[in-house]
Amino acid sequence: MSGRGDAIVIRGRPFHGPAAKSRRSDGRLTTALIFLPPALLLFTIFVVMPIGEAAWFSGFNWNGFGRPTRWIGLDNYRFVFDSRGFGIAFRNNLLIIAVSLLIQLPLALALALTLAERFRGAVLLRMLFFLPYVLAEVATGLIFSFIYDGDYGLLASIFRSFGAEAPHLLASTQTSMLAILIVIVWKYFGFHMMLFIAALQSMDPNLVEAARIDGASRWQVLRHVVIPLLYPTIRLSVFFAVIGSLQLFDLVMPLTRGGPADSSNTMVSFLYNNGISRMRVGFGSAIGVILFVICVTFAVTYKRWFMRDE
Amino acid sequence: MRFVTRLALAAAGLTLAAGAAAAQTTVRWLHIEQNPAQVKIWEDVVRRFQEKNPGVKVEMQYLENEAYKAKVPTLLQSRDRPHIMYSWAGGVLKAQVEAGALADITAGVGSFKDNLAPGAVQAFVVGGKLYGLPYNVSQVGFMYNKDLFAKAGVDGTAIKSWDDFLAAVKKIKAAGITPIAVGGQDKWPLHFYWTHLAVRLGGKPAFEAALKGEGGGFEGETFQKSGELMKQLVDLEPFQNGFLGFKNQQALGYFGDGKAAMNLAISHHSATQRALAADKKGVPEDKLGWFDFPVPAGAKGNPSDTLGGVNGWLVTEGAPKEAVEFIKFFVSDEVQRELAKQNFIIPVFKGSDAALSAPFMQNVAKNIAASGYHQNFYDQDLGPSVGRVVNDATAEIAGGSMTPKQAAKAIQDAYKQGN
Repeated sequence: MSGRGDAIVIRGRPFHGPAAKSRRSDGRLTTALIFLPPALLLFTIFVVMPIGEAAWFSGFNWNGFGRPTRWIGLDNYRFVFDSRGFGIAFRNNLLIIAVSLLIQLPLALALALTLAERFRGAVLLRMLFFLPYVLAEVATGLIFSFIYDGDYGLLASIFRSFGAEAPHLLASTQTSMLAILIVIVWKYFGFHMMLFIAALQSMDPNLVEAARIDGASRWQVLRHVVIPLLYPTIRLSVFFAVIGSLQLFDLVMPLTRGGPADSSNTMVSFLYNNGISRMRVGFGSAIGVILFVICVTFAVTYKRWFMRDE
Repeated sequence: MRFVTRLALAAAGLTLAAGAAAAQTTVRWLHIEQNPAQVKIWEDVVRRFQEKNPGVKVEMQYLENEAYKAKVPTLLQSRDRPHIMYSWAGGVLKAQVEAGALADITAGVGSFKDNLAPGAVQAFVVGGKLYGLPYNVSQVGFMYNKDLFAKAGVDGTAIKSWDDFLAAVKKIKAAGITPIAVGGQDKWPLHFYWTHLAVRLGGKPAFEAALKGEGGGFEGETFQKSGELMKQLVDLEPFQNGFLGFKNQQALGYFGDGKAAMNLAISHHSATQRALAADKKGVPEDKLGWFDFPVPAGAKGNPSDTLGGVNGWLVTEGAPKEAVEFIKFFVSDEVQRELAKQNFIIPVFKGSDAALSAPFMQNVAKNIAASGYHQNFYDQDLGPSVGRVVNDATAEIAGGSMTPKQAAKAIQDAYKQGN
């Protein structure tokens, strides 16, 4: 957001003399003084203060009742890093990011390339693939917990029709994460597909045509014309996918609650299970602060390195 | 919405202007009961209370068990907190009292409390003050399906020792029947095994010593041994397939559907399994057996010791005095008998247990009355910060991802970290 403001100033410079510039910045200052306070106030109350509060709570051994009184310094952070569960949760988050980037986005891109064309049923198929994204996360989780049910679920009947015993995917430490990853890909690929379709449709068809006339093969067109033109959208998609993966919580709870034995916790569900359910608000706040630092670091570096032009 | 508010204000204004005596008092009552048959009786109790006390409205609110536990700390800080809410007493109650979230109702209840079982009332006393009233006590034990036991050739009434129990599990499994249904995802149904073994092995002295940190605390001999015995059971693979993915409600339904022979249950689950079975009938009364938790060799606890819960109602700070009146009515002889007649509860009102109609519940009531040491559920008694770790660690013993030793250490570490 701030990047855009800078760009205007830089681009504007050669066209205005010094006098014009100062008049303009005066106007900008007034505008800022009038329009900034309400936004700044809201931002402070709903973003800055809660984060500050969490940081403050993370220094206490506190169960959430009354006011915090027992100051223990950085001990909560030590407890977080010492716990086996947080390590697993962190690894799971990395796994989700990897699957989102390596499976979900290519899948979304492939489908987008097919469905951006105009043919009968394209709109219907787009709608169909987008549908999972519209479903509420908790509802999705519940639906899949029925599908995965090893006794009565859809998966069980499929296995049974082949004469095999159905696995209880959600009940084993080896498969619980796999089950969740499948749901994640199923639920969110449609969203990325839509982003890609929008980008493809706003692309200038003359460029593709020109490349075809120059004798480029379909693959070469895709590789050297279409995908480079999609870069801004891909970068945005990656950004959404990573941040979404880091915040994943509401799919995990109805499916496994992070279990068995912490095997399918994400950092946020780990926060909930250990901070809120155990009423250790200080400990939970420490996880929250760690998560916040990870997200902000990612967002800032990513924006600086990959999204500088937008 | 605004229109409704305005209308309400106008109505309130009119009432005041008319000087009508019947000002509305609303009592918000938050419960976690999931059995519709029992809730129906409660609704009727509310109706009768409202008839007797014109101008008082009791509003019933419901939250699911796990959701309730997670929401309470936040809820208590809100201005819209319920006036009456569910409690298992124990460490959570103590934390709530320390935070000043609850109302001292010693005076409001007065001598009424002498009508109730003193042990159960005592669970709601913190620092000499009364904060709530019990309405139900329960015992943890094995309920079993008599038909399935007969099919496997096992006599449930003959299971006394831990070895008897393990032998029975083996025999049932050999007969091709799932021995035990358990809600492993909820974890607390698994913690009953470890906890009850500790109650059997060490009795009250071991628990009190652990609280003081003596003899290695929860890492001490009694608790390690509990884990090892639990491991003996787990190694027989006695639970239904995928038990770590089952919630307790599903497991009770599974038992109710006759798909497993046993369930380590809280006594009132004998009614719940019926509501949760696919046919809503479950295992009928005459097919439902009960045996007390088996006694391992070398146990120091008294065989009559019980593990179980005390359930009651707390009154929150700032609640209208009608809230106390309502819970007094709720645990009156009349209502207690009504609930006992349907076998939903083991009543706490002295003499109300005569109304229990099922031999199953009569037996449980007798056990609790004869018990010299009734241990409250660990996950409630130790408070959430330690209790949840007991749940997690014992579920990991069941899942094979922790050794009994690691589990005991995890619990002791949590206890030392405290909260």
